Amino acid sequence: MTDINLNSLRNQPDERGRFGMHGGRFVAETLMPLILQVESAFKAAQSDADFASELAYYQTHYVGRPSPLYFAERLTAHFGGAKLYLKRDELNHTGAHKINNVLGQALLAKRMGKTRIIAETGAGQHGVATATACALFDMECEVFMGEEDVRRQKPNVDRMRLLGAKVHPVTSGTGTLKDAMNEALRYWVANAETHFYIIGTVAGPHPYPQMVRDFQSVIGREARQQIMDAEGRLPDTIVACIGGGSNAMGLFHPFLDDESVRIIGVEAAGKGIPSGLHAASLTGGTPGVLHGNRTYLLQDEDGQIIDAHSISAGLDYPGIGPEHSWLHDMKRVEYVSATDEEALDAFQLCSRLEGIIPALEPSHALAFVGTIIGDMDKDQILILNMCGRGDKDLGAVLPMLEERGKL
Amino acid sequence: MTSRIEDAFAKARAENRGVLGVFVSAGDPDRETSGAILDALVEAKVDMIELGMPFSDPMADGPAIQAASLRALKGGMTLAGTLEMARAFRARHPATPLVLMGYYNPIYIYGVEAFLADAVAAGVDGLIVVDLPPEEDDELYLPAREAGLDFIRLVTPTSDAARLPVVLGTASGFVYYVAITGITGTRSAAADSISAAYSRISAATDLPIVTGFGIRTPEQAGEAASLSDGAVIGSAVVDIIADNLGGDGRGTPEIVSKIAAFVGDLAKGVAAAGRRD
Ligand SMILES: Cc1ncc(COP(=O)(O)O)c(C=O)c1O
Repeated sequence: MTDINLNSLRNQPDERGRFGMHGGRFVAETLMPLILQVESAFKAAQSDADFASELAYYQTHYVGRPSPLYFAERLTAHFGGAKLYLKRDELNHTGAHKINNVLGQALLAKRMGKTRIIAETGAGQHGVATATACALFDMECEVFMGEEDVRRQKPNVDRMRLLGAKVHPVTSGTGTLKDAMNEALRYWVANAETHFYIIGTVAGPHPYPQMVRDFQSVIGREARQQIMDAEGRLPDTIVACIGGGSNAMGLFHPFLDDESVRIIGVEAAGKGIPSGLHAASLTGGTPGVLHGNRTYLLQDEDGQIIDAHSISAGLDYPGIGPEHSWLHDMKRVEYVSATDEEALDAFQLCSRLEGIIPALEPSHALAFVGTIIGDMDKDQILILNMCGRGDKDLGAVLPMLEERGKL
Repeated sequence: MTSRIEDAFAKARAENRGVLGVFVSAGDPDRETSGAILDALVEAKVDMIELGMPFSDPMADGPAIQAASLRALKGGMTLAGTLEMARAFRARHPATPLVLMGYYNPIYIYGVEAFLADAVAAGVDGLIVVDLPPEEDDELYLPAREAGLDFIRLVTPTSDAARLPVVLGTASGFVYYVAITGITGTRSAAADSISAAYSRISAATDLPIVTGFGIRTPEQAGEAASLSDGAVIGSAVVDIIADNLGGDGRGTPEIVSKIAAFVGDLAKGVAAAGRRD
């Protein structure tokens, strides 16, 4: 046996797909044979050097990895505390971290002989990344997107259509990410034998949470190396926003065993936690079972799922990946939240001070960073995952800034 | 002692036909109408009732049953309310098997132990929980069997030779053959595929096999029930509720009378089609 460190937090889940009590495979029987196939294909790919080198090839030459780790000098000066580094995954091809995972899963689908792809999307970044990979690998692409999100992330809908994907607007529920995921799962149940479902975050039935995390962990591996090169030491704090939690898991996972590193996940507080109109599953939810896994959910006392609310379509989800729920239970990671208004201010601040227009999702993370970094010592280091760029959000953000007299 | 489910299959066999099962969501569109619908089903000679436990995110259901679930929730239905309906049903109808069908989360939140105790006390015979495959048996299957409830397994067209023994090895009550690769109420299965599936499944279990998903007419019900051991109809019944709601979205007497007439036709279709072999 190779040596497994029993004290490591980095070797979850167990063979049932459990992270502590969270995770698992809570799906309809129709999908079980398929999920087992995906799991064995993923295991085989993980130990296949050809798979790794093919993925690395596309990460380098197509996505543009490694993404820079950039010292944000003006934000650092503005906050007047620790040094702020941005992990620039917004520079990736297609504008967010989502492509890291999509390329991995698309190559896996290809190995399995599947050429028809399903995806759900909230902000549209995962949909765009999937449509992109499908164009690249000559695959058919069906994207499910809530109709509210189709409206507020229109540029991404146009991009998906240009790339040759079919976008299905979803009208059930609130027409946001949860409903898109329901509909994608229903479509998958109906097309289980022909289609591969590329899930866009670290949620869903096992092996998806693990698989998506492993494909996204390139973020944290690079950041770890880059900060060692730049500063000769590990960061004191790392921070990422959380919708389902894939960019966060990608940054966090390589640092989980580094006890000196404080790890913070930022959920969307919408109009504020007390208002009930938020998307903060860990701050304001309880454990339950949805979309194939057990995890913290926004739900009522009868176990009915409550709709999430966030200005950011990518964070507007009433659940969270099961590994985060586990890390929350064991208190390895701190989960906090930022409101719509705080995120809007951070969006504008980052644009003005760094010339980087962030997506609304990482703007939540930056908003929270603004509340702690000023109190840190000047020789301390904080890394923020700048997981997406804000082009997609201009249509929604500009009227709000104008309305508030901020533009 | 035999169970109500066993008795229902024995009775149908004695009458040289398959069983007729009907699915409705508890509390759709409101509690009173829903209770009256259950009475009408028994009156119309349904052999077995599948009572849906409404859930906000029914991931394996098509538009008809999604809407039914949401109507019921809007009408104030809860899992406690569903169990209360089951108890009242059992008091009125001692013989008709009642199977609760739904998704795991409301049960998990209610508490598995409390749910099983209350379901047994209410006179429920079995459970179908769509998102609990055998891989998650320790969640509900094992305690449910311990409590004396049947736990109905779903077999689907994707259940291959490797999968069938996993699903059927621990099946109880009857086996529910999901005749299409898909969600409820969307399309119908071809007769030859039901026959082929029946041969495959019955080679691996001694339990009766009922066919469901996509059955909409008395003819289809007769066909499915005679090619297997029974047929379950859901969306086509639930559609009658949707089409006959009052202006305020409440129940109407027409809902009950039209369901009674339609289910009566289904029963005739099943009786006329006879039994396999
Ligand atoms: C830029 C960006 N960040 C974050 C997210 C949220 O997803 P996750 O929490 O999985 O990273 C999205 C989702 O659409 C996104 O587009």
